[in-house]
Amino acid sequence: MTDVPGSTVPLPYTAQEVLRRVGPDAREALRSAYGWMIPGRTLDARMQALQLQGRVGFYGATTGHEAVNVAAGMSTRADDWIFPGLREQLVALVRGYPLSRYAQHLFATARDPSRGRQMPCHPTAREVHYVSMSSVIGTQISHAVGTAWAMRRRGAPGIALAFFGDGATSANDFHAGLNFAGVAGLPVIFVCANNQWAISLPVERQSAAATLAQKASAYGFSGIAVDGTDFVAVLDTFRTVLRESREGTGPHFVEFRVYRMTPHSSSDDPSRYQPTDWDSRAKALDPVLRLEAWLSSVGWLDRDDREEYARRASENVRGAIAEAEATPPPDPASLFEDVYSRPLSVPVEVPRA
Amino acid sequence: MTEMTLVQAVNRGLFEAMRQDPDVLVLGEDVGVDGGVFRATDGLINAYGAERVIDTPLSETGIVGTAIGMALYGLKPVAEIQFLDFIYPAFDQIVSELAKFRFRSGGQYPCHVVIRAPYGGGIKGGVYHSQSTEAYFCHTAGLKVVIPSTPADAKGLLLTAIHDEDPVMFFEPKRIYRTATGEVPDGDHRVPFGQARTVREGEHVSIFAYGAMVPLASEAAAALARDGISAEIIDLRTLVPLDEAAAIASVEKTGRAVVVHEAARFCGFGAELSAILAEKAFYSLKSPVLRVTGYDTPFPYALENVYLPSAARIEAAARTVVREG
Repeated sequence: MTDVPGSTVPLPYTAQEVLRRVGPDAREALRSAYGWMIPGRTLDARMQALQLQGRVGFYGATTGHEAVNVAAGMSTRADDWIFPGLREQLVALVRGYPLSRYAQHLFATARDPSRGRQMPCHPTAREVHYVSMSSVIGTQISHAVGTAWAMRRRGAPGIALAFFGDGATSANDFHAGLNFAGVAGLPVIFVCANNQWAISLPVERQSAAATLAQKASAYGFSGIAVDGTDFVAVLDTFRTVLRESREGTGPHFVEFRVYRMTPHSSSDDPSRYQPTDWDSRAKALDPVLRLEAWLSSVGWLDRDDREEYARRASENVRGAIAEAEATPPPDPASLFEDVYSRPLSVPVEVPRA
Repeated sequence: MTEMTLVQAVNRGLFEAMRQDPDVLVLGEDVGVDGGVFRATDGLINAYGAERVIDTPLSETGIVGTAIGMALYGLKPVAEIQFLDFIYPAFDQIVSELAKFRFRSGGQYPCHVVIRAPYGGGIKGGVYHSQSTEAYFCHTAGLKVVIPSTPADAKGLLLTAIHDEDPVMFFEPKRIYRTATGEVPDGDHRVPFGQARTVREGEHVSIFAYGAMVPLASEAAAALARDGISAEIIDLRTLVPLDEAAAIASVEKTGRAVVVHEAARFCGFGAELSAILAEKAFYSLKSPVLRVTGYDTPFPYALENVYLPSAARIEAAARTVVREG
């Protein structure tokens, strides 16, 4: 790919090529993908603004990761399990988790399905098999391996997908998880969204390997590196590895190279460590703009469509946030629930908020 | 009832659980073909196959992380960590993940894994095959911590652990794996959590112990009895949940308490139990609570008998609390 500062790098496909790779329903599939990216990005922008206003404590954006998120959500089946990292919330939404429920989590309300126990952007959505994550890097990788093992034991057809970033490839559980999966030949897909930064550390200093994908070969299975800002390539990749995994070919490793287009989180100041041209390089490879430009260029999306997607996204995001902001926080007594299956001990006087 | 050793009782418990429920499986290092370095899993692989008795690669974090993933899907994994001393690579998985899944997901993802680990000194195991670090796990909400001292309890508490709904750390006193023998009920035998066992009733002093310290406490009590001191011995069995009521009731009766463990003293389990007695049984106490514990040093090789509590040290502490009150 060529980096052209400031202008969007076009997706290198004719409509015929996309129809061939994505299938006869390519127009609807790509419009639908775009239709998920817009609310995702609208939510990111709105939440980052609210964080600056002090209305929410923390935010970790998916901006720049949308092609990976949306393609994963669209290509997985209901019986597949998602083990997310920080920037995969859109996967849950595409798999059917309502935005209104996710907003209750972002504001840690009494109606947050995880009961306000975690920081924003750490949702749990069991109804779409979007597993609870910690803030520890990489631990979810071996959980996906265990679930894949359990699926095989039960004879279930599902695939476990572990999502993580470039930084996680240095963590203990990356090695342990890939090694176990390779030895046991499990139906698990390791999805590395390499956004080239682990907070302040560039990927070149995270690993001396030419690609992160090549690490898979040491564990006895294949790894491929794909442009994660090219939605067509990402969707194709997910469909291929999911199909092969279902055929029992064992684990797969996919590295999607993306650009982190926001600070690491609302608490981070990237001007301390990113090169000054980072933003313009990232913008040229913005996955949403790339898809939008391509859809427009082949006549699959016009200005009215774009305005309608934007209007609907804005309305849904504002509505979900307003409802969540009006919802009270969890009851203080709930602190003592879910620690164990039944409380072992509760203070005589339950504290007040 | 069948007479057997403690490690045989663990083995019988695993056989029984795997017979009862096809979702129960065992994983760890050398647990399959080798039957475990202490033979706790001996014969399981022949009975239940390599898909349910899994020899894993050498990675404790991989073992526990994988077990967590299995449990999230609904299986009931029993993970073996070969020695408690080697559990620390998995510490992150245990305290950050296993202990917190239910809470952080708002109850959406309970995570029931049993982690078995032989613990404790007295086998010439040196620094890294002897430690007794149960307190780390007792300090983490979300985990239950169980330590049997008899063959019957080893089987009964293990079956309760495997059928529980919460994560359970199941620590086995390897020093008495083969010296502790006794009658064990056949079939499905369960010992409830949170119920201490009165090993011996007494009038003058309560001695609280668990695991490999229980037989030493009994030895001390026999010596004390010869001098007319009647010691009550309480085997705590489960540190979390703790049978506080039994501990308090015993001290209300005897007025004196000695807490015994082989773990280091500072911030050890004895500190917690002593504090509970100070808060809830203070006016029954006739003398200060004493602790008989390992020392605040790494576990030694040549000097392990100096480090470990002995019957004589327990006896001396009991005599002190009786003399002072």
